[in-house]
Amino acid sequence: MKNCYINGIGNVSIQSVDFDVFESEIAEIQILNKAQQPSYKDLIAPAMSRRMAKGVKMGIYAANKALFNAKMVDPQAVIVGTGLGCIEDSEKFLEAIIDNDEQFLTPTAFIQSTHNTVAAQIALHLQCKAYNFTYVNGSNSFESALFDAFMQLKHFNKENILIGGVDEIAPYTFSMYEMIGKVKQSGEEVNFKNPQTKGIALAEGATFFALSNHKTNNSYAEVLDVMLFNAFKDNEATEINTFLAKNNLSVSDLDVVFFGVNADVHQQEFYNRMKAIFNEIPQAYYQHISGSYDTASAFGLKVAAEIIQKQQYPKVVQYNNIEPTKIEKILMINQFNNTDFSFVLLSKC
Amino acid sequence: MDALKQELKERIINALNLEDISIDDIQDNDPLFGDGLGLDSIDALELIVLLDKEYGIKLADPKQGKEIFQSVETMAQFVAANRTK
Repeated sequence: MKNCYINGIGNVSIQSVDFDVFESEIAEIQILNKAQQPSYKDLIAPAMSRRMAKGVKMGIYAANKALFNAKMVDPQAVIVGTGLGCIEDSEKFLEAIIDNDEQFLTPTAFIQSTHNTVAAQIALHLQCKAYNFTYVNGSNSFESALFDAFMQLKHFNKENILIGGVDEIAPYTFSMYEMIGKVKQSGEEVNFKNPQTKGIALAEGATFFALSNHKTNNSYAEVLDVMLFNAFKDNEATEINTFLAKNNLSVSDLDVVFFGVNADVHQQEFYNRMKAIFNEIPQAYYQHISGSYDTASAFGLKVAAEIIQKQQYPKVVQYNNIEPTKIEKILMINQFNNTDFSFVLLSKC
Repeated sequence: MDALKQELKERIINALNLEDISIDDIQDNDPLFGDGLGLDSIDALELIVLLDKEYGIKLADPKQGKEIFQSVETMAQFVAANRTK
């Protein structure tokens, strides 16, 4: 059985294009947070770019950055997770149907409106004819992609795999989220440590990883295990202990635990129970940097991997007052709306 | 006719999302496909829809498009002669 190393990372987020969690100023989170778009001209020909949805551009950019960072040229699979795919083009296409009384339908927005456009366009850009798969599993979409790659690297003799998570904001979808209270109402405080209101601070972004079963000088961390599920079958503490025991670890062996807290008062109840289970462990968070979206956990994994590689624990991610004495094992715990739970266990390599 | 050509250029740029191209960059007789603006078959579909939606012209024979979409000049002549709105 082989290992799964993170050898390269690329990202587009709501933070500055050259954002560095150890040094950069953090842009304050709002209720609606749009990604800072890099210049795509050097990477994507204008004739191609003009038809690409924002999610496709962000995905291609982040994927190329990850591959370049890892010096990887031949991924044997491209696996993408997305909650809603290129939802902006889906909206354009549906609006055109309504506005034009089901006539005059143009092809471009429809072509982009499918969820697997990002993975497909990345493969076209790389001329990669290998395994190409898109997971659309709500807030476990990225973890599903990660789990697929993890299994293929460990058990199916794949050597290099490109994976990522990407989601974009679209105006009509945001207005629907406002209506159902999925996002915070205008003027409400976005508080990740002591939330008082329901709803998230919506954002968008793309984060890609070049994974390999070979460790390199650039390896950030090793992915030790991935688990995703819809609901706890057992007591939460018992299930966490079982997961850790499977990896010959206990809670006290963890150096940092990362929570996907998202400023929603109802969802905070789960994380408050997690805080109690890990009350003697350094606790970290990331969605105050990335904002919240279905695949925001990919951004969390990026931050956790960078912390392990650099062996530094930036103040900006600290959720409690405990600082780690070493940074070798990190557990990430994510969920959304008390479902789509996931554990991702990382190790120094 | 000049006003129609200007209008067509503007609509082509918007419909095809031609980034970095302005009305002044498109000459009346520049080829729209191939060496000129470099449009492709998906753009041809977009232009057929544009004629239908904006000028009420339905192209019964898609092969007509090859002549009509040669340039803004040929498009303008066709629109002027066949428009229903």
